[in-house]
Amino acid sequence: MSAERVPVRFYQVGSFAVGNRLVSADRRNAQSDPQRANSLTSGHRACAGCGEALGARYALDAATRVTNGQLVAVNATGCLEVFSTPYPETSWQLPWLHSLFANSPSVATGVAAGLRSLGKSEVRVVAQGGDGGTADIGMGALSGMFERNDDVLYICYDNEAYMNTGVQRSSATPGAARTATTDVVGEHPGNVFGTGKFVPAIAMAHEIPYVATASVADLFDLETKVERAMSMHGARYLHILVPCPLGWGSASSDTIRLSRLAEETGLFPVFEAENGELTGSRTIRHRVPVEEYLRLQRRFSHLFTREGEVKDVATVARIQAIADRNIRRYRLSEEVS
Amino acid sequence: MSDDRPFAITLPVGSSLANKTGNWRVERPVYVERQPPCTTVCPASEDVQRWLFHAEEGDYESAWRVIMEKNPLPAVMGRACFHPCEGSCNRAQLDEAVGINAVERFLGDRALEAGWTVPVSASDSGRKILIIGSGPAGLSAAYFLRLDGHDVTIYESAALPGGMMRYGIPAYRLPRDVVDAEIARLVEMGVTIETEHSVEDAAIAMADGGFDAVFVAVGAQKGRHYDIPSGDASRVMDAVSMLRDFEAGDEPVLGRRVVVYGGGDTAMDAARSATRLGAREAIVVYRRTRDRMPAHDEEIADAMAEGVQMRWLTTIRSAQSDRVMVERMTLDDSGAAVGTGEFDELEADSLVLALGQDTDLGLLENVEGVERVDGTIVVDEHQRTGRRGFFAGGDAANIGANDRTLTGAIGQGRAAARAITAFLAGREPERDPELDPAGFDRVNPWYYSDADRTMRPRLEAARRRNTFAEVVSGLTVDDALFEARRCLSCGNCFECDNCFGVCPDNAVIKLGAGAGYQFNYDYCKGCGICVAECPCGAIDLVPEHR
Repeated sequence: MSAERVPVRFYQVGSFAVGNRLVSADRRNAQSDPQRANSLTSGHRACAGCGEALGARYALDAATRVTNGQLVAVNATGCLEVFSTPYPETSWQLPWLHSLFANSPSVATGVAAGLRSLGKSEVRVVAQGGDGGTADIGMGALSGMFERNDDVLYICYDNEAYMNTGVQRSSATPGAARTATTDVVGEHPGNVFGTGKFVPAIAMAHEIPYVATASVADLFDLETKVERAMSMHGARYLHILVPCPLGWGSASSDTIRLSRLAEETGLFPVFEAENGELTGSRTIRHRVPVEEYLRLQRRFSHLFTREGEVKDVATVARIQAIADRNIRRYRLSEEVS
Repeated sequence: MSDDRPFAITLPVGSSLANKTGNWRVERPVYVERQPPCTTVCPASEDVQRWLFHAEEGDYESAWRVIMEKNPLPAVMGRACFHPCEGSCNRAQLDEAVGINAVERFLGDRALEAGWTVPVSASDSGRKILIIGSGPAGLSAAYFLRLDGHDVTIYESAALPGGMMRYGIPAYRLPRDVVDAEIARLVEMGVTIETEHSVEDAAIAMADGGFDAVFVAVGAQKGRHYDIPSGDASRVMDAVSMLRDFEAGDEPVLGRRVVVYGGGDTAMDAARSATRLGAREAIVVYRRTRDRMPAHDEEIADAMAEGVQMRWLTTIRSAQSDRVMVERMTLDDSGAAVGTGEFDELEADSLVLALGQDTDLGLLENVEGVERVDGTIVVDEHQRTGRRGFFAGGDAANIGANDRTLTGAIGQGRAAARAITAFLAGREPERDPELDPAGFDRVNPWYYSDADRTMRPRLEAARRRNTFAEVVSGLTVDDALFEARRCLSCGNCFECDNCFGVCPDNAVIKLGAGAGYQFNYDYCKGCGICVAECPCGAIDLVPEHR
């Protein structure tokens, strides 16, 4: 199983760094290859430290590698679309298509159907969007694509709010997080708890061939999942957590660190599922309490004192409970598997 | 609409490469080289990380050649060095220090098996250098002077070369064939060693031989005596003489119960040797507590594992033929040992004094300009005495940091060689470059797998007692490779591709194996992810100046 723990090989940095001079070329990540595709090339206008730019390059470079470049990408409206294609420039180094905010799953379905009718079955289709385009605006089209089992890999880059339009809440925004529309006022400051959606679970409920989550802090796992997804046909869904320095109020240098902490706290479960059943989980290597993740983000700063001590104990405990439940539910710890 | 556009493309498209995002930047990442703690603390200034780098690839010969830039005796040092490098190793804060000493020994042994040597590429300088003493300091100086193209002669008073490596350190810690083989390599390189050549007067020897400079490295060969009232029949000897006599084939008569007085490494060597010579009981008597013993922890632990007993907070007041009278001590507020007035008797057939060593400086008695303090030669940081052309090092020289170790002697030998070559050229000697330290706080430990240290297999303590066979055996090839790869490469790039991979702007250029990386400042936005995610802390973020 690809998401099972990859046995640690000892090359000074084990299997965790991007590459290694001591590892043979065929066992390095695609990102360590000086000839990598750079699907999303330099000059894009993403903010410094953008997790989404990183996640998109990781995922599409891996997909390009396994399809030998026979790949088309369809993009929903969102940060990724805006920062990569201000006319007349494009950062995309693969065929890339944008139509509307809501319809990227449908457009991708159409592209796949068109290629099939042209007899170009070797050309594969990826659709991608942010959490807004996926969980809110494109939800209906996405559910339809799943339900019809169209031959598309849909990738959601989840930065947990509408960052492009000024950090408004989406249905992927976590409880207590401050956004422009969930201000730090009233009895329960920040976003409410108990609402929103976790799209990977919705995708699993459609019993499509493959559903997986990944993060930009775990490149080896991310690439393995893209390869696994591209080895299959039918509707597939990959959900990648991509920290946003602007919307989260974090240091631009902390993007990967936050992604790692989201994994290691249990707040972002990393797993994969086939036909609706959980088939593999990435176990937590060094478990940490949620405050270590929350403290680095200004959107949660109302939970802490100026000195960084937990101020809102009840809310932090509530977030910790979510992490603990994830660990049980997605078997993120060897003790509960 | 022009016809050269692909199907359905209505507008001309340009690449975002036209948009140089580097002008957003307020801070820029830069690759740095920092000094790892292993090198900082090494008395011989070995570039440990740099030779481990080659060993990690299994390129043992290149690794060995890097060691040879600083230390001509890796097989000896891989056994007898007290490896302060491991004490300072940042990996200890992760799991356990890298077994640097074991890898050094592995490389040293490989070189001896394969017959690797270092070519003398410098042209003949026509200068003659005299070295007095063939211990580690003298041999080290001889090696580096030879590499500079000088004609080097060593006068050694003993029958065989090696100094304390032969006549001080017991064979179970340092087998003699290893010492012989590493010295033989120096002789093949053109170093002349004249044994049984005592020097009465260093200045006369220098003039008689037509030497341009002299390096005095006669060591500290005289065991210090302490006036203990003793009966006529009592057997009292000093540890240095005991170890030397034994090595010279003159087995000392110790009897069944041996008391060793002192708390340094020599005391441990004497006690452990005594058990190997048939003593049923060896007791080390030391006036202070264990934590104040100058002996290295490893030596104390080994001695105790072999059955050597320890009497801390005890002094010897008198010695008879079959017993010694001891007094119990206590530490006062200042930490000094003071007598309690409680006396005790220990059965002892002999008493071995390991109370420190002095240097015989008779050869400098009539040499003007060479200052001496407390029985040692005064030198500056470049091993220069007050007399032109006179240099000194090793145990015989008094320099602030001289802790009288083998490794220190190797480092001083190299410093002296550099100073002598500079002196002959009429210039000041250079210093080793100093870099900013590479502390553990710069390491991103996430990236390093957990890997325990490969322990050198040890002979069972029981089996060691009556043999002078080597106690610590070497690493296997697999273990040596594994151990080398435990190095974190603190502060210096080891080409893990992380910066190249984690940049959201593809602003890192990979230059290929051995060449490292370069930033593309046209596109780097200065986010600092590469700095945060560099496993070894080899990237700094510095303010952008415009």
